[in-house]
Amino acid sequence: MNLRPWADPKGGASGFRGGARASIPLCIAVGAFGVSFGVLARANGFGVVAPIVMSLTTFTGASQFATVSILGDGGGLGAAVVAAVLLASRYLPIGLSVAPALSGPAPSRFLQAQMVIDESWAVANRGDGTVERGTLLGAGVALYVSWFLGTVAGVLGGNFLGDPEDFGLDAAFPALFFVLLASQLKSRQQIAAAVLGGAIALACVPFTRAGVPIIAAAFACFAGWWKR
Amino acid sequence: MSDAWLAVLLVGASAMLLKAAGPVLVGGRELPPRALQLVSALAPALLAAFVVTGTFASNRSVVLDERALGLAAAAACVWARAPLLVGVVAAALVTALARAV
Repeated sequence: MNLRPWADPKGGASGFRGGARASIPLCIAVGAFGVSFGVLARANGFGVVAPIVMSLTTFTGASQFATVSILGDGGGLGAAVVAAVLLASRYLPIGLSVAPALSGPAPSRFLQAQMVIDESWAVANRGDGTVERGTLLGAGVALYVSWFLGTVAGVLGGNFLGDPEDFGLDAAFPALFFVLLASQLKSRQQIAAAVLGGAIALACVPFTRAGVPIIAAAFACFAGWWKR
Repeated sequence: MSDAWLAVLLVGASAMLLKAAGPVLVGGRELPPRALQLVSALAPALLAAFVVTGTFASNRSVVLDERALGLAAAAACVWARAPLLVGVVAAALVTALARAV
């Protein structure tokens, strides 16, 4: 019996199927935001094919929303790409942290790495600096399919769902990260990194472009590191 | 080529390369202990940043809105030792209800 369900919020889910199963509630939220991405992209002159191609290749919501909103608002290609790349910059440290778990030849590692997004990485994290490969890929593939299907529905079908924010779906993501964070705080160094990371991010919000608060917070992992 | 397609191409290539850089360059190898210490602190730092920006950021301002109630609901679920799914659903429900009233 699992006496500490809070210490293992996935209820023991592991492996590819476990990861896919653990991410089902997220797939609903991600699919709904995929629909709104499709709707916004179509409305902003991206046509039908480009938004779908973008969801299949970029596969990171924040960068995609930034790209289509900035171009749609007449902000220009350069501004749109810079904003999107800043938002995606967190995948450099995240990618480094999953690298030990991804084996196989380089092209295979390249493809596996594409299944890394915030949610699949967070769910697959063991909390000790290592990542469970099966869970990462299972959750990643489930979320990838949801994001793709949502985008197709939004581009073709329009806004049949209404605003995902009316259903509070935007609040589902910070809640997920909070529950996983609570289960992963095991050492004093990790607690220090969490407090510092949150403080850095909050302090950056008023002064920087979106994405910068996250990449700045990543440096909190150095808290207390040099003393050891 | 239209700006839309150029953006799809450039952003897509950047995101794919950023995700793949670590796994392609150093994939499949065990990290040295010093690096593992760093990586084990990276997750809490980034997760806390996701929580804070996802709850309190609205463009470039720090705001207190219905999402904070959702986060409080998730925190209550953690305190009650409820499973992950319950916390996520509770946060969405509470936020939706607060927006509806």
